Amino acid sequence: MELLAAGAIGLLTACGVYLMLRGRTFPLVLGLTLLSYAANLFVLAMGRLAVGAPPIVTEAASGYADPLPQALVLTAIVIGLATTAFTISLALVLFATSGTDHVDGSLDLPRRNRAEHS
Amino acid sequence: MTETTIVPVLLPFATAVVMILLGERRLGVQRALGVLSCGISLAIASAAVLRASSGDIEVYRLGDWPAPFGIALVLDRLAALMLALTAVVAAVAIAAALTATPAWDTRGRNFHPLFQLQLMGLNGAFLTADLFNLFVFFEVLLIASYCLLVHGRGGERVRAGFHYVVVNLAASSLFVIGIALLYGVTGTLNLAHLALRVRQVSAADAPLVQAAGLVLLVVFALKAAVFPLSLWLPRAYDAAPAPIAALFALMTKVGIYTIVRVHSAVFGLDAAFGTLALGSWLLGGAAATAIVGGLGAFAAQSLGTMTAYLTLISVGTSLIAVGMASNAGLSAALYYLVHSTLVLAGLFLLGERTAIQRGHDRFQRTTAVAQPALLGTLFVVGAVSVAGLPPLSGFVGKLAILQASAASPAVPAIWSLLLATGFLATIALARAGSALFWKTTGDRAPAARTSVAHLAPTIVVLGCGVALALFAAPVLRFTDAAAAQLTDRHAYTARILRETDRPAVRPFPPERPR
Repeated sequence: MELLAAGAIGLLTACGVYLMLRGRTFPLVLGLTLLSYAANLFVLAMGRLAVGAPPIVTEAASGYADPLPQALVLTAIVIGLATTAFTISLALVLFATSGTDHVDGSLDLPRRNRAEHS
Repeated sequence: MTETTIVPVLLPFATAVVMILLGERRLGVQRALGVLSCGISLAIASAAVLRASSGDIEVYRLGDWPAPFGIALVLDRLAALMLALTAVVAAVAIAAALTATPAWDTRGRNFHPLFQLQLMGLNGAFLTADLFNLFVFFEVLLIASYCLLVHGRGGERVRAGFHYVVVNLAASSLFVIGIALLYGVTGTLNLAHLALRVRQVSAADAPLVQAAGLVLLVVFALKAAVFPLSLWLPRAYDAAPAPIAALFALMTKVGIYTIVRVHSAVFGLDAAFGTLALGSWLLGGAAATAIVGGLGAFAAQSLGTMTAYLTLISVGTSLIAVGMASNAGLSAALYYLVHSTLVLAGLFLLGERTAIQRGHDRFQRTTAVAQPALLGTLFVVGAVSVAGLPPLSGFVGKLAILQASAASPAVPAIWSLLLATGFLATIALARAGSALFWKTTGDRAPAARTSVAHLAPTIVVLGCGVALALFAAPVLRFTDAAAAQLTDRHAYTARILRETDRPAVRPFPPERPR
């Protein structure tokens, strides 16, 4: 399970970083989202992976699923949702004011290339 | 009474909620509430400074949960100093926003609630003693700042704002990763508890803690705009509305504050922490920031851009002092931080007024300003302060930093760097002043003269800078005491945890029952 979790986090981070380096706003927002998923999974993993373990410690419990990272992740998810919504709306405003979805808000590419990229 | 500790967070929050419920149609009431809230904040912050100057650390435990299980708000000297600085800059910024023509709150929606939420985030970040809570308050202040930055729209503002938002969101993810790493190894998020636990980790876990420390350093360095994480700053600050840019002069200082709070106080910048000397990383980054800021200010073509690069110099200079990892350095850094925030806020506001009278703030031949004597004098006061020339506050701050560097092994580098960037800034400011006020087409600007009432916020904030030089001795005594309190980890942890040692929050550490 550790391998699966670590692989998933690594893959999400790699995809997130790749998408964030793109020049268009939509892949950029997707990349940010993937990166925040990776961060959230990482927080969960830092509470140690446990299956079928109680989150509240009792005398008889042999293991323990740490509830604190779960609470932290919930907070982080809510914040992530709000910021993602804001980024998308800002990207739309950028598109509306500059007429392009390039992150710099300018059409610095030659016209021929622009047709290919759109 | 420790309940008063949380008021600086609750007051702006409650004000913002009431404002949103009132709606945009009652703008007059919103304005009154905003000014009232800023005024009360100023009084509370002054009271907080007085209480903190006795040396007592006030702790407010939310829900009365014992630390480290609950979140604790802590008011020590450093927090009180930052609260007071925030209150002053906020009062000046809101006054400047309301006296602008047209007033900034009529140029877009929800200016006042966003402004209050920004203050809530700032005050919360300065008070909290919990790392995850710090993240939450960072998000509160950032999302308010995103909205305020693009307030009033405009193509350039949205473009610069988009970069700012994306860069900060990426940093937020890194922040979460850093927090999780620390929690995974030490099992706690309380700063006082962390200060204990990072020194107790096993040799196998030490690299993880160091990695977490470096990840958090990257996050805070981005907020503080340390080169090479500073490339977002000049465009964003130049494009922001002037009162918001004045408030943003404080935002980079939040990054410096968190570096001081987390890296100086919790991890420790000296080589004592593992084999990793965070101080040398910090010194290198700070030096690069100051150089880039100096060259940028030198090459800038408008007052807005130049002030943004001067912000970079101030960040670099403050962090060089922090990076010395000594109490004297910390104290000098805090003084310089307060000075640079006030003076840069004044320069941003002055830039707007000058630009209105000249038509623009670029260094090109244009109509003369209507009030060369008044604006020129204010500019000279701001320029002399920010360049670090005697007799104003910048000189006192730089002198304190130079004196503090005597114990550091990098004295020649620090001295030459500080003096060189000061020299660059002086030349740049001299060029800016002569271009702004003397390089004219000869005819007077048709623009109306600015009444003294409209310039009052600028005069007040620059006056605060002058007062900082006049009362340098008491302020430096306060920052000395703040630095000493900050590095006294034993007293800090004893006060917050009530005991000197506690087990991890997590009852089953990785190796099971302990």
